[in-house]
Parts: sequence; C-alpha cells; structure tokens
Amino acid sequence: MSRKRKKGKRVIPGFGLTMGITVTLLSLLILIPLASVLAYSFRMSGTEFLELITRPNVVQAFMTSIGCAFVAAVVNCVFGLILAWVLVRYEFPGKRLMDGMIELPFALPTAVAGITLSRMYSDQGILGRLLSHMGIQASYSKVGLTIALVFIGIPFVVRALQPVLEKLPHTYEEASEMLGASRSYTFRRVILPELTPALLTGFGLALARGIGEYGSVIYISGNSEKEGTQVVSYIIMQKLNSGSVDYEGAAAIALVLLLISFLLLLFINIVQITAGRRTKQ
Amino acid sequence: MKKRNLLKKGLVLGMSMMLLLGSVSGCGNKESKKDGDTVTLTNVSYDPTRELYEAYNKIFKEHYKETTGKSIEVTQSHGGSGSQARSVLEGNDADVVTLALAHDITLIEEAGMIEKDWIKEFEGNSSPYTSTIVFLVRKGNEKGIQDWDDLTKSGVNVITPDPKSSGGACWNFLAAWYYADKQYNGDETKMKEFVANLYKNVLVMDSGARGATTTFVENGQGDVLIAWENEALLTLKEYPDDYEMVTPSISIKAEPSVAIVDENADKNGTQEAAKEYLSYLYSDDAQKLIGENYYRPSNEEILKTFSDTFDLSVDLCTIDDFGGWDQAYKDFFADDAIFDEIYSK
Repeated sequence: MSRKRKKGKRVIPGFGLTMGITVTLLSLLILIPLASVLAYSFRMSGTEFLELITRPNVVQAFMTSIGCAFVAAVVNCVFGLILAWVLVRYEFPGKRLMDGMIELPFALPTAVAGITLSRMYSDQGILGRLLSHMGIQASYSKVGLTIALVFIGIPFVVRALQPVLEKLPHTYEEASEMLGASRSYTFRRVILPELTPALLTGFGLALARGIGEYGSVIYISGNSEKEGTQVVSYIIMQKLNSGSVDYEGAAAIALVLLLISFLLLLFINIVQITAGRRTKQ
Repeated sequence: MKKRNLLKKGLVLGMSMMLLLGSVSGCGNKESKKDGDTVTLTNVSYDPTRELYEAYNKIFKEHYKETTGKSIEVTQSHGGSGSQARSVLEGNDADVVTLALAHDITLIEEAGMIEKDWIKEFEGNSSPYTSTIVFLVRKGNEKGIQDWDDLTKSGVNVITPDPKSSGGACWNFLAAWYYADKQYNGDETKMKEFVANLYKNVLVMDSGARGATTTFVENGQGDVLIAWENEALLTLKEYPDDYEMVTPSISIKAEPSVAIVDENADKNGTQEAAKEYLSYLYSDDAQKLIGENYYRPSNEEILKTFSDTFDLSVDLCTIDDFGGWDQAYKDFFADDAIFDEIYSK
C-alpha cells in the first residue's frame, strides 16, 4: 500500500507504458541502427581499418569537418547570444516574425539551403561579389563551408538560450549596477555565468550537427581534396556511391566519426556540469 | 506486488514492441500490383532521364492499351544512378531499372535479384539509347576550346564532378584518358601527365553531374563544363543565348542500360509487362522520342535522321576498351588507383 501512495505522486500515470515505448523507440531508431554500423565496420580486419582511417584524405576530412564545425559553433554562440538577447529583452514590431524565422534552417531541405548559399556566395552571386572584392572566396572554400554550417547551427544556440534568458531577472543587472559594476563587468561576471550552461548546450548541438552535416555542405564546399574541403560525410558517400559499394569502409569511417562526436559531447557535458556548479555556489 | 508490477511492465513493453513491429511490417505489405485490368510498373531510373520517361510513359500507355487491352500505370523514380541501384538492393520494389551504367545494374545482379546475362536480353548491350561526353562552353567560346587538349592549357577553368562519387564523372575521365591514349600511342607516363594537367584545371569538383551543372550554369563558375550530351543539349534548349556545345574529336559511348528486376517482377506478376515496357523502347516511335529528348537512338537509321542534333563524326570508344566496368573501376577509381595518383600529384 505504501508503494502505491508513493506512486501517487506522479500526476500522469503509466510509467510502464511510457518507459516501454521509450525503450522500444530508442532501440528501433537509435540503438539497433548504430549497432549495425558497428557490426559492419567489424567486418574489416584491424589493419584494413587502420589503413582506411589513416588515409590522408580521410584524416584531412576529419580535420575539415571538426575544424569548420568548431568555428561555426563559436560564431553561432556569439551571434546566437545577440539574437536571443534581442528577441527576449526588447519589444519591437515584427518580433514574432523574426522569432519564427530562426527556425527556418530546420524546415528548409538542406540541399536547397546548400544550393542557394553556394549561389549567393559564389563570386558571381550578390553576397559573394562583395566578399571577392575584399579578396575572400566564399563558395567552394572553407569559408563557404563554415557559412553553411553557421546557417544550419544557429537555431540550436538561439533556442537553447531563449528560455534561460527569459527567466533571468532584470534585478541581477540592476543590483550589479547599483553596486557600481561597469557594463562589461556585469556582462562577464553576472550574466554570462548564468547563461554558460545553456550556451554550452547550444554549442554542443551546433557542433554535433555541423560535424555530420552533408546536404548543405556538399554544394558549397566544392569537395576538393587539394583544397581540403571534403567533409567526412562526403567521404562516406564516396564509399557508398562509387563503383563498388563499400559498406564496410563507409561504416568504419562513420564509427570513428561517432566516437569523436561522442567524446566531444562528453567533454562539453563535463564542462557544462562544472560551470553549472560554479553558478550555484 | 513487486512481481506483478514487473510482469505488467514486461507485458506493456512487449505489447508496444508488437504494435510498432506490426505497423512497420504493415507498411511493407502493399496491395497486389495487378488491380483488375490495370497493371502498375515501377521504373527506377537516374536523374537526367526524367523528361524522356515522362514522354515515353505516355506513348507506352497507349501502345499497351492497344495491344493488350489493359491499362498500365508507370511509377517513376529518379536520383543518382548509384544510390538508385542501392535503393533497389535495399528493398525499393522496382520492376525495371533504367540506370546510367551497366555496373550499377550488375550490383543488383550480384545480389541475385536480376538474372545473369541480363545484358544480352535486349539489343545493343541492353542499351536502347546512348549518349556521349561533350563540352559546354560560354557563348563566344573565348578560350577557344575545341578538343580535350584545350582543357589542359593554363588559364582554362574546367568544371567536372568527382569520379569517386559520381558515375557520370567516370565517363568524363575515361573519355579524356582515351584521347590521351590516341595522342601518345599508349605511353602511360605521358597519358597520366595529360589527365593530371586536365584535372589541375578543375576549379570545382561537385559530388554529382547535377551539382556540376548548377555550379557552371547558375553560379557562373568555370569556362567549360564536361557534360553528357543530352544534358548539354537540354541546357542549350533552355539558355540558347548563353552557351555553346563543343563535341570533341574523341569521346566515349555512354551506354545507359535497362533490365527487368526479375525477383520483384515475378513477385508482382509484372514480368510480361516489364519486358514489353523495355522492348518497346526499341520501337521506331520510341526511338524517335529518344532522339527528340537528346539521347542518341540505338537504331542507326533513326539516329541518322537526327544528324542536325548530334555530331556523328566523333570517334567513340566504349567501356569494353577498358575491359568492362569492374576492371575500369579497379584500374582507375578505386583507392590508390590512377585517379588518386594523378589527382594528388
């Protein structure tokens, strides 16, 4: 009986059912497919595996994917913070509309985004022409690649920050100002620490998305081995599309990608937990 | 109490699992393809045949109604040739495949879904239409591009997709290789140098033919696009004032092949309709339609009537000159094969 009373605490009953669905869905959609990636890549021998993932073009692709995704995630953190701040703190006409636009990168098919961006930022395009006057080649270079990743990653940062900013009371800033802190000090020591966990979540999501991105990137990057603009997902597609369909090779590279992403996300989570602790103190 | 709870949990888990599995298998269980007098065929094809099959399906429908009294519906699917082949392997219920390369069909054959010797089932290596590789240049042809050696000159920017990810791009490479072979009488060092110089001029290497066309046409990159003849002619039709087509002296005969996917056709009871669908591609009416859609008809007589559209003097090699697709793939495009060697130089 006592157990029952304890269970009564939950407003919505049905833990068994919901847990069952959770486990089933997780298995069907995530665990089983990922296990098959593992199983496929284990069909290769250890030396074959090592030889494949240390090939210069594969290593370079990993550097490009991680490097560009990192830069894009940093850029997204800076601009995402500004966007979220404006959308939460100020009232202006068209705010709702602007808020809705943040999610467009999610809704647009990534290939459409890639083709559009590559056109806009090519040296013949509206935006790329300006950049090329300044000597920057955007489309078909790492710059373009990063632009595409910024585009697809921005909603993650903004949406992670908005709820936290909404809850952050103005009184904090007021108190800080009353106590004589400068604006930048208030931002650095009062506001930023409160936002850090959410910012890191957004950073991690944008980074993870960027590392694995395919659709929007392949049209704008130029996929040149020489320029180092091939991303990991492109190398995987090469393995699947070309003359001999090489499932093992594709799975092996995907496995390494998964491992790296997992480690990066783990690291970010650890930093996030430590940062969270600091704010609580 | 605890035991009952566990039991309940297990039951619920099992039930939700069954529910999900049930709904998943329900999706696969499609209704019979022969519904009364209407037959449904699925044709899995590649990207640039969209317009051709749209037109062909219309005339085939009429022909089928006339000869059998039954109506027929054809469902089309288009995409990159390699990934389309993969989708059939992975369960796309295609009755016929009409892909860019015989090699892609061989992949399906190796899985046992297509009978061996499918390539002999229809005339001309089961290729009712062929195409070749040409150059598309900007109006005026300022760089004076006439043949393959012009593409190796410094200052010429070439757009061609990556042969390691695009089947079409392999044709481009092989055509250039064949030209070099003729030029240097099979001196392999010189041939490698030639194609290496050509690929040094490649400005953007897209993942597929459609991407390369976008880069050249929409984004205005490069001086010359190495393209399939049918794609080049389509672009010319769309933008007659902006581009010119140049047919090189030597090129390759691309043979897009067709086959019945026996396993699916037998299961769907569409074997006969599928055979008729592919055979009718060789009829005079269909061959004319093929020419009008910028593919070269396999029927020589009809091909001649399109001599205004196609440059028929070009010297064409075939994939057999490279020992077939499997051999060509191994020699040129596998990891560390000739393409890697010349490109990373």
